[in-house]
Amino acid sequence: MKKYEKAIEMILFISATIATLSVFLITFFIFKEGLPILLEYGILNFVFGANWAPTNGSYGALPMIIGSVSVTVGALIIGVPMGIACAIFLAEIAPTPLVKLFKPAVELLAGIPSVVYGFFGLSVIVPMIRTYILPIAQKFNSDAFTTGYSILGGAIILAVMILPTIINISENSIRAVPNEYKQGSLALGASQFDTISKVIVPAAKSGIITSVVLGMGRAVGETMAVILITGNMPKIPGSPLDSVATMTGTIAMEMGYASPMHQRALFATGIILFVFIMLLNVTATFTTRKLGRG
Amino acid sequence: MEMQASKIMISNKKINLNIKEKVSYFAIYLAAILTLVALISIIGYVLMNGVKHIDFNFFIQEPSSMGRKGGIFSIIVGTIYLTLVSIAIATPIGVAAAIYLTEYAKETKLVKIIRFGTETLAGIPSIIFGLFGFVFFVILLGFRWSILSGGLTLAIMILPTLIRTTEESLKTVPQSFREGSLALGATKWQTIIKVVLPSSISGILTGLILGIGRAVGETAAVMLTAGSSLGLPMSIMDPTRTMSVHLYILASEGLSKEKTFATATVLIIFVVLINFSANILANKYMKRTKIEA
Repeated sequence: MKKYEKAIEMILFISATIATLSVFLITFFIFKEGLPILLEYGILNFVFGANWAPTNGSYGALPMIIGSVSVTVGALIIGVPMGIACAIFLAEIAPTPLVKLFKPAVELLAGIPSVVYGFFGLSVIVPMIRTYILPIAQKFNSDAFTTGYSILGGAIILAVMILPTIINISENSIRAVPNEYKQGSLALGASQFDTISKVIVPAAKSGIITSVVLGMGRAVGETMAVILITGNMPKIPGSPLDSVATMTGTIAMEMGYASPMHQRALFATGIILFVFIMLLNVTATFTTRKLGRG
Repeated sequence: MEMQASKIMISNKKINLNIKEKVSYFAIYLAAILTLVALISIIGYVLMNGVKHIDFNFFIQEPSSMGRKGGIFSIIVGTIYLTLVSIAIATPIGVAAAIYLTEYAKETKLVKIIRFGTETLAGIPSIIFGLFGFVFFVILLGFRWSILSGGLTLAIMILPTLIRTTEESLKTVPQSFREGSLALGATKWQTIIKVVLPSSISGILTGLILGIGRAVGETAAVMLTAGSSLGLPMSIMDPTRTMSVHLYILASEGLSKEKTFATATVLIIFVVLINFSANILANKYMKRTKIEA
């Protein structure tokens, strides 16, 4: 009987290690496929090369890196203030019935597949940028031109996609602020607004930062939505209305027809993406730990 | 005179503050409303353009001429097949892992690494899973583009969700249940199987449903591991095209507006149903904790 119990514990333990083993396997294989070309071509040449023309043996990933970064930054500029505002609304302002209505909506937003977001962006946001935003841009710069497939379009859709991450984690951290803080502030005569902006939000800071970092990870890693919206032009953009190719989009688009050498270059792009995401994850873990202590 | 001036200044300050406060509240309400508007317009746009193109035939006809005509029968079959395979692989592993982490694990270094690894896995973007699945399952293990390759890749992807939700529901089972069972002479494993698991079944189901939602909605990883063949899959070694991949191909190649909207509608309705049932289940076990706690 004792042996039987031990065997079961062993099986359970092995199951528990599978997720972690997968992380190691994934890391190993991405590096195994991508690292040789990265070293052979030169890491700096790869990362800072401005020309991506895999059919001619030119593997400069800079346009894609800038593409990913610009779309992500755009998404954060729109999504972070909106997300934090919604979190404050849910945790401090909205009455319970409204919260009960709002929360499932946020969950649904998180559940919509990215390809549906992409399709919506492609058929609604892209034409809207072409017909409404372009004339405004032309007033300031008569040379302005856009097909609508742009950084701006990708940023708008990504902003909506990262909202659930930012809202949920920020809301939880705001709710975790001890009630005494709030009562103390109110007892001193501060208004609800002062209490929120000067006591509650600063106390929930590390949770809010975590939410932004995780949202950033989601935006950098997102593939199907950006692929349909950003136009996939591996050129260094000059304005938010230019099209860009992102790292994720390029991998997904070109993997299907790539020659073996080209495939390895895509894996090398995968390495850069992977390192980026890992750095964000580690940052998020550290800020969360801080939250736990605070 | 001076007093009056300072009084005026104070009231000016108050007015400024009031305006700042009002603007801030307005911005907060606006953000909340915009979020709802975003959700409603995405779902509304797809449904309004898609529902009229869906009929019974759409579900039972094979797609023809690259998806321009016909229905999505083989795609539905492929989606269900792939989802079932991934769930069948991930559920036992995920539940077992969660049982280990909540019922057995002590806070050793190894367990900390396991927890960190599971968290990390959840943060890896789907395209990286796709690259890994492609080089590992498709090429190295020789499974080619197939339901098996796609299912294995998806199984790894949904593992963190399954572990997390199962862990959470195991934690809601009151300690007294375990103590009662152990006091009656049951072993630890008997207690888990006969007492702990049955009382956390709704939490496990929630994880399962969320996993299904993720599997059905996933595109990038599936495209690189299960392919995009339109044929009806006959075995686990056949390639297939899931609903999300089909939507991507229709949308990016502009094959048929009608079929694109129709496919997107089916996908959205499915996702809404999934969310709805996960919510009901989650509420069920949340309520129980409230009563018993």
